[in-house]
Amino acid sequence: MRTSLPDGSVEFVIASDLNEARNLQEMIERQLRQCHYEDKEVFGIRLALEEAIVNAIKHGNGLDHRKKVQVRYRILPDRFDVSVTDEGPGYNPNAIPDPLADENLESPSGRGIFLMRHYMTEVTVHPPGNRLTMCKVRKKAHLHAEVCR
Amino acid sequence: MSTPPRRRRLEVEDSGEITIVNFIDRKILDEQNIQKIGEDLFSLVEELGRKKVLLNFSNVEYLSSAALGKFITLNKKVQAVGGKLVMCNINDDIFEVFEITKLNKLFNIQKDEQTALQTF
Repeated sequence: MRTSLPDGSVEFVIASDLNEARNLQEMIERQLRQCHYEDKEVFGIRLALEEAIVNAIKHGNGLDHRKKVQVRYRILPDRFDVSVTDEGPGYNPNAIPDPLADENLESPSGRGIFLMRHYMTEVTVHPPGNRLTMCKVRKKAHLHAEVCR
Repeated sequence: MSTPPRRRRLEVEDSGEITIVNFIDRKILDEQNIQKIGEDLFSLVEELGRKKVLLNFSNVEYLSSAALGKFITLNKKVQAVGGKLVMCNINDDIFEVFEITKLNKLFNIQKDEQTALQTF
């Protein structure tokens, strides 16, 4: 389900389905490219989106197709904002072990939030932990503002 | 009733004792397809008894943390049988993911296939 909001954001509500998540990410990626985001920026945003939405589907909603994930985003020439909300009980991001610690280096999981924080300018997990917002502020605003509207 | 053929996700070729793996038609190693790719990779070691594995990333444009997890598990499986896992042809964006997660220290990453083959 797609909803356009007055502030220029677009909201999608998808089932907890990895295929739907993939389609949504690919659509956002295409829109970023239309707005002349550079390859490196698109790579980082897509990676952060993948981690956030997959976390919501798998860990938040437990892969339960009846539960929804809400993704709201806005693409501007100078920044990209997104929020991802699931129907789960939430989690404490501070409780996730440091993936760079020697004892965790060989752990097969636990790098999602770390990668989001690396590639995005700001990442916030809102209590109780089932809503995440993040933004990517671009170093130089692009001139093609009209394309993003 | 016959089992339907599994979709081919990996191109596997042998160079002596070394098994070279290329990722085909799945350039994006995200959650959606990494589970199956992981199973195929693990079966190389567990079912087919391959010990020296070279992963060629030349077709890979994108990956997520789920793929990193599979490679870590594959590395453990290869080491458990006294083998070796090497990676090559990783593009700059993907190498950065290995670098920031410090996994470039865990994995043997080489520039190209020729160099990688010489490290076994």
